[in-house]
Amino acid sequence: MGLEQKLGNMGVVTTRLEDLVNWSRTNAMWPMLFGLACCAIEMMSAQAANYDMSRFGMELMRASPRQSDLMIVAGRVSRKMAPVLRRLYDQMPDPKWVISMGDCASCGGVFNNYAVVQGVDEVVPVDVYVAGCPPRPEALIHGVITLHEKVRRERMKDWA
Amino acid sequence: MSQIEEVTLDGMSHLVSDRALKGETMLLNMGPQHPSTHGVLRLLLELDGETVVNAIPDIGFLHTGIEKNMEAKTYQKAEVMTDRMDYLNTTGNNLAYCLAIEKLVGLDVPERAQTLRVLLAELQRLASHLVWLGTSALDLAAMSDFMYCFREREMIMDIYELISGQRMMTTYIRPGGVWRDVPVEFETAVRELLKIMPRRIDEYESLLTKNPLFIDRTAGIGKISAEDAVNWGLTGACLRGSGVYYDIRKFAPYSGYEQYDFEVPLRTEGDVRARYLVRVAEMRQSVRIIQQALDKLPMGPVRSSNYKFVPPPRSEIGTSMEALIHHFKLWTEGFNAPAGSVYVAVESPKGEQGVFLEGNGGPKPWRIHFRNPSFDNLQALPVLAKGFLVADLVAIIGSIDIVLGDVDR
Repeated sequence: MGLEQKLGNMGVVTTRLEDLVNWSRTNAMWPMLFGLACCAIEMMSAQAANYDMSRFGMELMRASPRQSDLMIVAGRVSRKMAPVLRRLYDQMPDPKWVISMGDCASCGGVFNNYAVVQGVDEVVPVDVYVAGCPPRPEALIHGVITLHEKVRRERMKDWA
Repeated sequence: MSQIEEVTLDGMSHLVSDRALKGETMLLNMGPQHPSTHGVLRLLLELDGETVVNAIPDIGFLHTGIEKNMEAKTYQKAEVMTDRMDYLNTTGNNLAYCLAIEKLVGLDVPERAQTLRVLLAELQRLASHLVWLGTSALDLAAMSDFMYCFREREMIMDIYELISGQRMMTTYIRPGGVWRDVPVEFETAVRELLKIMPRRIDEYESLLTKNPLFIDRTAGIGKISAEDAVNWGLTGACLRGSGVYYDIRKFAPYSGYEQYDFEVPLRTEGDVRARYLVRVAEMRQSVRIIQQALDKLPMGPVRSSNYKFVPPPRSEIGTSMEALIHHFKLWTEGFNAPAGSVYVAVESPKGEQGVFLEGNGGPKPWRIHFRNPSFDNLQALPVLAKGFLVADLVAIIGSIDIVLGDVDR
């Protein structure tokens, strides 16, 4: 304890490597610009002036999966879209996370029919589910913060 | 789950020109994951250098089976599906669907509900145009407009939340009226919006209308003549931008639109800029209509008293056996609509939103089909894009204002 305080005065901070890595991952998590349906409008609202997701280091939506860490599946996933979604997920570099935004992406929502995949977790692994049809921007931000908490708890021995 | 099909050039020979097969032009895939296609639209582009020879839309990535799903629900319960078609115009879809049911069963709508419907439809038009303006300006690298538009859109969303508890999927308009009366704070909230809105529209315009960069990117781009626009079935601002005076609110007024004093903005150029100017002018007209509707909003019931089709008020259920029976019957088996078919069209922010509804005497729609404006407007994209640059294609897609939920449904 005494050592750490002294080091702080000298401009040095000691911490565990995994804490440092997790901290940096949570504060610059770039989501992929991947709007599917109605939820995408609320996702845009969350990006815009009133809710301002850049407070969480997430203002930079990347259109390319190669540059993104987080896939927000915003909307219903049709059977035609599902293979495309999987391919995009595969193209994202590790580490990567998925938020399933809204009822349709989480469980099919009101659409229990031939066209809609009943939950995007049939296609890609999901970290956080956000309920709502569509979820409010606050709900999405809550989902993002929940994901950040999850990332902070990750341990180095579990990293692939 | 279906797999992504690997398509060879020969497999696309019916879509592309001979030059592509010889390797003279390049085939390029755009979407379905692309920031400027406004959703999950896929375009197969045939390019000669940077010039678009052909742009072939591939739709269906958001096909939700809404029409089929609605056939499995009673008339009232199917209404929630209509919200999720064109998700920027939820109230307008509700309105079109409810008008179709009312025409089929012959329901009357009280005056207050009519006025509220018009008011909300125009609010929604404003919100939809704000999203369009923000995102299509963003495609042309104008970030500030996006932020400004969404700031005002939040005010409209707050009004919707105030009256219905939901921001987007309100299902507020119901067959025979509206869900329930608006709270007292509604008028203040709308008046506040009306007070600031004209100046805010000036603000958006000051950033774009005379901006030389914006003019360069939009004027003369994506031109379509009036004749072509009619032949391709364009409606809404795409048609009026080409100089065709057609607005369902004027030509076949519904919900009492004939009582309001408003103009239909027209431009004759038929390019991206004309469509932009028409929509911005429409926003001003919407503000006018909302003002008039709010000023004249009459007192009275907001739902029809025909309890065969409209659930009775909650307060009557405790005292009236009749009301309880109606309530129970309506929410279990629904009402039986007569056999027959109707077509109703309303002017949505994107164009003619039509509903074809066929009943067979039972409580569920036998067939329901939507004429969605985005679908019909999108089919003109190859005509609009031909001969322009790839960079212009982004502006053109933005200007026809498609919503993929509306295209694929």
